[in-house]
Amino acid sequence: MTAWEVAATVVDPELPMLTLADLGVLREVEEDGGAVVVAITPTYSGCPAMATMRDDLVRRLQEEGYDDVQVRVALDPPWTTDWITPEGRRALAEHGISPPAVSTGATDRRGPVPIRLSPTRRAVSCPRCTSGDVALVSEFGSTACKAMYRCRACLEPFDHVKEI
Amino acid sequence: MTIHTHQPGEHESAYDGLLVNDAHWAFGTDFEDPLAGVDTTVPDGIDAAELASYCLALGDDALVLSHRLSEWCSRAPDLEEDIALANIALDLLGQARLLLARAAAADPSVVPTLPEGSPVPPEDALAFFRDDRAFRNVPLVELPNGDFAETVCRVLVFATHRLALFERLAAHPDAVLSAVAAKGVKELTYHRDFAGRWFVVLAGGTEESRRRLEAGLARVWAHRHELGVDAEADGVLAHVLATAGVAEPDVRPVVTDGGHTEHLGRMLAEMQSVARAHPRGLW
Ligand SMILES: [Zn+2]
Repeated sequence: MTAWEVAATVVDPELPMLTLADLGVLREVEEDGGAVVVAITPTYSGCPAMATMRDDLVRRLQEEGYDDVQVRVALDPPWTTDWITPEGRRALAEHGISPPAVSTGATDRRGPVPIRLSPTRRAVSCPRCTSGDVALVSEFGSTACKAMYRCRACLEPFDHVKEI
Repeated sequence: MTIHTHQPGEHESAYDGLLVNDAHWAFGTDFEDPLAGVDTTVPDGIDAAELASYCLALGDDALVLSHRLSEWCSRAPDLEEDIALANIALDLLGQARLLLARAAAADPSVVPTLPEGSPVPPEDALAFFRDDRAFRNVPLVELPNGDFAETVCRVLVFATHRLALFERLAAHPDAVLSAVAAKGVKELTYHRDFAGRWFVVLAGGTEESRRRLEAGLARVWAHRHELGVDAEADGVLAHVLATAGVAEPDVRPVVTDGGHTEHLGRMLAEMQSVARAHPRGLW
């Protein structure tokens, strides 16, 4: 396996149904002779999982014979939910987590970010029963990247990976 | 091959993957360079000491407000707001780490000297081994939290100003500062929305919620001048106040004379006590 193929099998510690490649935090894997340099990017500035990702990448690559592995941080361009692959979105939904909407490009406008004083409207459907009759509970959930929703049809709460 | 590794689809529960290796489950206890491998060369035409000083001031604001918000943990009005405030605190802590690390890389002389062999990296030396007089944060962020309404007002005013500033800093010639700012914009947008919505809700709630909101806003407003003059922030705050039907407070600015209030020293005494008791401690 190439170093990229190995690195691409490592999963996110907080969303273990997603590989780092599907989450879009795996930016680059450079192979130079026996040395490998992997670049990862944080989802949020305070992402507490960066060290775990690094350790998992190093361990996994060393198991496949890459002894000299370095993991560096890439801050630019910043991660957005658009980096999550279609496979990643499917995996989230299969595990009961509502995937983020794909950006239409409408958010790439210039000028100041407008404040939103009413709840964000999203076309979210319940990952359990597929009902679209859902209510936003909080924009902040169990991890930095998720909002909390409740399904009005089946009454189950669920997480939504919020668009950034 | 004796080491267990995570594989996609291998685990039924999100928690199984966390418990494979004891050394990994306690997130946040590792000392990690948030700028590992990032090119921190100061670009031509930028004064390294000035850049460090500026990043330190921005980082201290974020660190101190993050700590204040973390004091709400388990004390917020309900679980959702508890989690929201903790999330905002975590974002600000992440921004603080990047900014303090950027300051230290630009000008290592800002980092306090620690005993030989200390395992404490520069960002932590800055956070835990400076006295209150060396902190560059604005007094607004060090004041005690007050009640939930006052906290909402402070987050609103701070996030509004910081967001407007970071939008501009995203074009800063220092690539590290500009990347930190561009990332922070997305996070601060959620913080400002959270505070703005609660501001409107509390203003339109009961007589008591409105009374507390206006009292909290007056206390915060007296420190608003510390964040500087900013037309974009003025416009956003005027819009929020108008939507909520709240008049701009008529308060005299509190001047702290470039220094700090008595509250910062007390806050740091608690925040820094463990690190200072174990300057060579390894987690
Ligand atoms: Zn449902």
